[in-house]
Amino acid sequence: MTTIDNTTDVADMPEPDPNAVSITINGRTVAARKGELIIAAADRADEYIPRFCYHPRMSSVGMCRQCLVEVEGPRGPMMVVSCMTPVADGQVVRTDTPQVKRAHEGIIELLLANHPLDCPVCDKGGECPLQDQAFSHGAGESRFVEEKRHYEKPIPISDLVFLDRERCILCDRCTRFADEVAGDPLISFTQRGNNTQVMTFPDEPFASYFSGNTVQICPVGALTAQPYRFKARPWDLEQRESTCTTCSVGCRTVVQSSRDELLRYQGVDSDPVNWGWLCDRGRFNFQSVNSDDRLTHPLTKSASGLQQTSWSEALENVARSLRHASPTSIAVLGGARGTNEDAFMWAQLADALGVTARDAQLADGLPVSVFGYPQATIDAACSAATVILLAPDLKEELPVLHIRLRDAANKKKIRIIEVSAQETGLSSLAWKSVRADGSSVAAEIRSLMADAAVSSQIASGPLVVVAGRSNLAESADHVMTSIDAVCAAVPNASVLPVLRRGNVRGALSVGLSPRNGADAAAILEASAAGRVDCLVLLGADPLSDVPDADLARRGIAGAKFVVALDTFLTASAAHADVVLPVAAYGEKDGTTMNLEGRVTNVVQKITPRGTSRADWMIAAELADMLGHDLGVTTLADVQKKMAQSVVGFGATTTSVAIKRDGVVVSSAVTREAVASTTSVARNSYDFRLSVGRKLYDNAVGTATSPSLSNLAPGARVTVNPLDLERVGAPAGGNVRLSNAHSSIVLPVFVSESVPRGSAVVPFNQPGADVRELIRHGESVVDVRIEAIA
Amino acid sequence: MTSNPGGTWPHAPGFYAGDRPKIVTSRFEHEDSYTLTRYLATDGYAGLRAALGRPASDVHDEVKNATVLGRGGAGFPAGNKWGLTPQGVWPRYLVVNGDESEPGTYKDRLLMERDPHQLIEGCLIACYAAGLSQCFLYIRGEMALAQERVAAALNEAYAAGYVGKNILGSRFSVDIVLHWGAGAYVVGEETALIESLEGNRGMPRLKPPYFPAAIGLYGQPTIVNNVETLANLPWLMRNGAAAYTAIGTATSPGTRMVAVSGHVNRPGVYEIINGTTTFRDLLYGDEFCQGIRNGNELKAFVPGGGSAPWFTPDQLDLPFEASQVGPAGSMLGSGAVMVMDSTTDIPRAALTLTKFYAHESCGKCTPCREGGTWLERILSRVVDGKGTDADLDQLLEVGESICPGAFPHASNEKLGLTAVPFPYRMNTICFVGPSAYAPVHSALTLFRSEFEARVTKRTHIPVTAVGQ
Amino acid sequence: MARLNEENLRLAREIIGRYPKPRSATIPLLHLAQEQDGHVTKEAMAHIGELVGATSAEVYGTASFYEMFKFEPVGRYLINICGTMSCALMGAEELMHHAEETLGVHIGGTTSDGMFTLERAECQAACTEAPCLQVNYRYRFRVTPQNFDDLVDQLRSGQLSDEIPQHGTLAVTRQHIPADKGVGAVDPELVTEGPAWLDGKAAL
Ligand SMILES: Cc1cc2nc3c(=O)[nH]c(=O)nc-3n(C[C@H](O)[C@H](O)[C@H](O)COP(=O)(O)O)c2cc1C
Ligand code: SF4
Ligand code: FES
Repeated sequence: MTTIDNTTDVADMPEPDPNAVSITINGRTVAARKGELIIAAADRADEYIPRFCYHPRMSSVGMCRQCLVEVEGPRGPMMVVSCMTPVADGQVVRTDTPQVKRAHEGIIELLLANHPLDCPVCDKGGECPLQDQAFSHGAGESRFVEEKRHYEKPIPISDLVFLDRERCILCDRCTRFADEVAGDPLISFTQRGNNTQVMTFPDEPFASYFSGNTVQICPVGALTAQPYRFKARPWDLEQRESTCTTCSVGCRTVVQSSRDELLRYQGVDSDPVNWGWLCDRGRFNFQSVNSDDRLTHPLTKSASGLQQTSWSEALENVARSLRHASPTSIAVLGGARGTNEDAFMWAQLADALGVTARDAQLADGLPVSVFGYPQATIDAACSAATVILLAPDLKEELPVLHIRLRDAANKKKIRIIEVSAQETGLSSLAWKSVRADGSSVAAEIRSLMADAAVSSQIASGPLVVVAGRSNLAESADHVMTSIDAVCAAVPNASVLPVLRRGNVRGALSVGLSPRNGADAAAILEASAAGRVDCLVLLGADPLSDVPDADLARRGIAGAKFVVALDTFLTASAAHADVVLPVAAYGEKDGTTMNLEGRVTNVVQKITPRGTSRADWMIAAELADMLGHDLGVTTLADVQKKMAQSVVGFGATTTSVAIKRDGVVVSSAVTREAVASTTSVARNSYDFRLSVGRKLYDNAVGTATSPSLSNLAPGARVTVNPLDLERVGAPAGGNVRLSNAHSSIVLPVFVSESVPRGSAVVPFNQPGADVRELIRHGESVVDVRIEAIA
Repeated sequence: MTSNPGGTWPHAPGFYAGDRPKIVTSRFEHEDSYTLTRYLATDGYAGLRAALGRPASDVHDEVKNATVLGRGGAGFPAGNKWGLTPQGVWPRYLVVNGDESEPGTYKDRLLMERDPHQLIEGCLIACYAAGLSQCFLYIRGEMALAQERVAAALNEAYAAGYVGKNILGSRFSVDIVLHWGAGAYVVGEETALIESLEGNRGMPRLKPPYFPAAIGLYGQPTIVNNVETLANLPWLMRNGAAAYTAIGTATSPGTRMVAVSGHVNRPGVYEIINGTTTFRDLLYGDEFCQGIRNGNELKAFVPGGGSAPWFTPDQLDLPFEASQVGPAGSMLGSGAVMVMDSTTDIPRAALTLTKFYAHESCGKCTPCREGGTWLERILSRVVDGKGTDADLDQLLEVGESICPGAFPHASNEKLGLTAVPFPYRMNTICFVGPSAYAPVHSALTLFRSEFEARVTKRTHIPVTAVGQ
Repeated sequence: MARLNEENLRLAREIIGRYPKPRSATIPLLHLAQEQDGHVTKEAMAHIGELVGATSAEVYGTASFYEMFKFEPVGRYLINICGTMSCALMGAEELMHHAEETLGVHIGGTTSDGMFTLERAECQAACTEAPCLQVNYRYRFRVTPQNFDDLVDQLRSGQLSDEIPQHGTLAVTRQHIPADKGVGAVDPELVTEGPAWLDGKAAL
């Protein structure tokens, strides 16, 4: 399965369509759209034309020549490549004449001429377009008796991808992808003619966050993924279509397994979301599910630390703690890593117990009122006239959203105005990209709006604000203030909130959003003050994820009784009194909601590890034990209940009903006034701290996937080259970052992408923990940086 | 210099003037023909002055009326090509094709080395007439002297105000940028030339949609013209379309430069009258090649550059007239005639050409990348006497995968062959793939016995395909 | 060394300035690098990438497409003997065998003293003067075995060093567009109107 073409069905085209044309393929009349390629029209009409270089999501190059068809022309039938020839009204196309058949056989034979005969040991064997089309469109024999091309095989071109140049048929798919889609042209055709070969620059690896896609779209076994090599034969694989929940883009995938073990994720083309692409983190973190470090049995605290125990005893301990605690002293944190059903049932339980303290975020997102603005979808953002980016580096945090926006900007469909603390992956494509620390973004926006060019650009069409928590060291209020600044000037602007964690929007929407302002930070403060008797962590790890490390420590320490539902023994779970092992991704059915509010399904492909079970079942069971009948025994019951009680959910959002592209659920949140913040001056000795995420970090799913765990860049501070002198250390040398709260030691590096006066430190990386310098609620964080002798 | 009897460095040899009308080679006999001084002393830049004295559209019409055929190979009239640019799309560029590398072709290099100012003047006239706002003069990488001479001439011309801002004090301003390649035959193909000029691998683009006049350099309308084509323009502007069409025939007016190489007594470059001069004149005429070497018999000749299907003595009386050469089964191409006498080892000759095109494939499309090399491998086996009769049929089978259907060839009385007219159908993007097959097909069709004498009779055993 | 030196960097910037898009200067800059070091080094390709806004991989992809760029050192004199049709008909093969004997290397080889690299080249557009060859892209025509040996002696003895600079140097005269005379290159995206002289009136 290299491409999944889902060009929308002609049936659901708005009638009458001025762009409608009609052509005939092999005598059958086919309705098509002006500008559409013959091969695409043929695909819709189930007239399969063989192809190798053509990919519906990339520009056509017409180089493999496999897709030749005959088109009636003034001078009789002409052979044309259907992947580069647009339809024309009345066009007569034939794919079944002896001439076309001969051409197809000829090309196949030529492609096989230098292709090795190692199918039996090739990862692609069994799902190989070359193999398949050699059967369906080849003559069945090769008369090539000469010596074949020989290259060293296979060679690693990155940490994740191997290249076998002997198998390569030079279709330009991987190289086009790297250039056009990923924007990382680190592989290229080299040499010429019969010696043409795909290569990286000598000792510069194909270090792209998207490299795995090249393996998927390779029409032969030339590119293979290190995590999957020799793991299975395609015919041993079972698969179900699902949704990736690594981040909140919610890319569509198939989950493939063999003998009850997850072996591979592949991208599926969902037109409104991922177009078939995945990032490498999402693609390869299936390894985490198979990790030996997974929790398999409940644990309870004893004198000698955590001890394995039975579910009944573990649940009884939890029930007891919940029974004895007053509702106001119970708090629930997390839910963003699970399904909507998990979060919903825990919200139901909390409601039943009269517990209000709950939050699916960990002081690392935005106030829920961000859902109160008019909401935009990814497609809306990618077709708006103007997109204002007030977000962290999307390439690092929401990679496939980055790809979508990149594509739209590249094709000049949108103009991006970016206001950020340092350059991001989209800066080079932005129409305007300005630097400002969080506290002065709003002011920056007001002055931009005053600019004539900007206001005429904004007046030219719809405007979408892509808003997220750009800097974890700074107050989230800055972002809200900035959104307000835009919406004040452009009332009909809409907002695409980019909260990162997998199902965070789902969890917040189905009942785990804070009540009357008591968010995660408030809950942890209360806990620190000894006012929390029972703290439930739903796949939440405050000790690693709350930007204010001190607050997290005090909060966890202060809780009298901690229950952790998790797949791994995280830092926080290690402090728990009871740890309950839960089913991971791929081990349970349900639904999830992406950053747009789009509900799609996730599926169970393998049985849960050990005795672990889905979070929602645990909630239901506890409810029973505590004498509350929530009236659910099956997932269907849960979804029925959700359909009744959650706005936007209904018959269409159940596992059974839901389709590939899902359903966008409109937000029920009403917009609140935000406490507007003001710009904070920085004293010239200090650096303003900017903390954001990298794609690869210490996150559980990454750290427990062997092929990803060593990709995290590690803790470091990056400053502008001109500031290095002031720091007084050589690039690579160690420096001390300190402020009133604490001090940490990090290696220092330089980059032009960082403006003078700011210090950029990645979040949650191996090495010294920047969170020691951060205090929740502080407007900004300034640090001193000095070399250490 | 002893090691250079054909002519001494730095002067390119090989040209024979004769007393025929000259449109592009009139200055070749002067040792200093490439200097601005000599150029100005011989009507230099008078054509440009004449052009700038008239509205651009007039100049364009003059060129149209003269039917200046493209000399790069396709023979498309320059004036018409300039008219193909889409309305209102700016800027438009001129790219001069000085990548001359078609086997047997030798004329553009002479024009650049011996009369660079004539080319520059031609470029300026084209830019003025077609509203092209920048000109890129792409010279083949291996032509150090041509680059030298054109660079020097451009520097002179800029200094004297013939190129650049307000040319001759007029409202016409255009830059000519000297650009040079780095060794790749295929880059002579106009869309590959543009790729190369954009700093990329010189791989041709598919036409349609990438007709340069519509979507060319940087996606803008771009006129690509051959050096010789443009070199015609100064004379044309000085003397007018009527004078131009008075030479040659209605369909092939003017003159054209032809290089004759191989087994003739006087190989050389000749500016001949278009349309009327025949191959017999050229090969046997006293003012031309003066017959086959050592009084040998003529065996075959390639009429239009290495890509062209071959002719035998049966075709000697054809004139340099596309409308007659095409139906006869070949093309005039780039004005290159390669002559093979009776002593020629035909399979080996075909091999050298096939080897060339296989080696020069850009690698973009499958039939050329794989098929060209395959043809070469089989052919060299046959030439080395290691081939079988099955190999001969296999050559044609591979050819069928590159060029489906009947492939053009000449008629032949002895063999009772009737001609298959040019052009052929092709499964490739550009002509390199088919060109690898053309010599094989011609040689096999016209001289099959020479191949059969080389191979052992054996029926071949199929190798089953991958994955079975 | 390896990266472009000061003088060549200045030239590189001048060359880039002539094109509407910097990327177009890639091949001329690669020639500049080859002229500087005799072959194209990895460092130079990376440097050129920075200058024209391409990745090293893209620059290498372009460079390796073209025959003339060498990524390993070659002899001071690169001798290319043409082996295509017209030269083949006139004895190119024999000349190549002779050359191999004289230089004691096979086609593709470099003499141990680093003076000569011998290559078989494709049609050099001198077909009427066959067989022909080029030394660092300077022609020799109708070359007999005797001519070849003379040539090698002359090169060894340095007699031809004025005419034939070391490998990498093409034209010694470079184009230079005086600031006050040039029109200047414009990014096509910034151009909206046709040239002024297309107004139906004569330009003079
Ligand atoms: C493989 C190939 C190689 C070519 N090589 C050259 C060449 O070296 N010089 C040239 O002027 N045209 C060459 N052409 C023709 C060009 O594509 C183009 O038609 C020509 O430069 C247009 O100029 P003209 O109209 O003045 O002839 C080649 C075409 C092909 C298909
Ligand atoms: S025919 Fe050959 S040279 Fe031409 S585009 Fe195809 S591969 Fe390249
Ligand atoms: S699929 Fe059309 S040429 Fe490759």
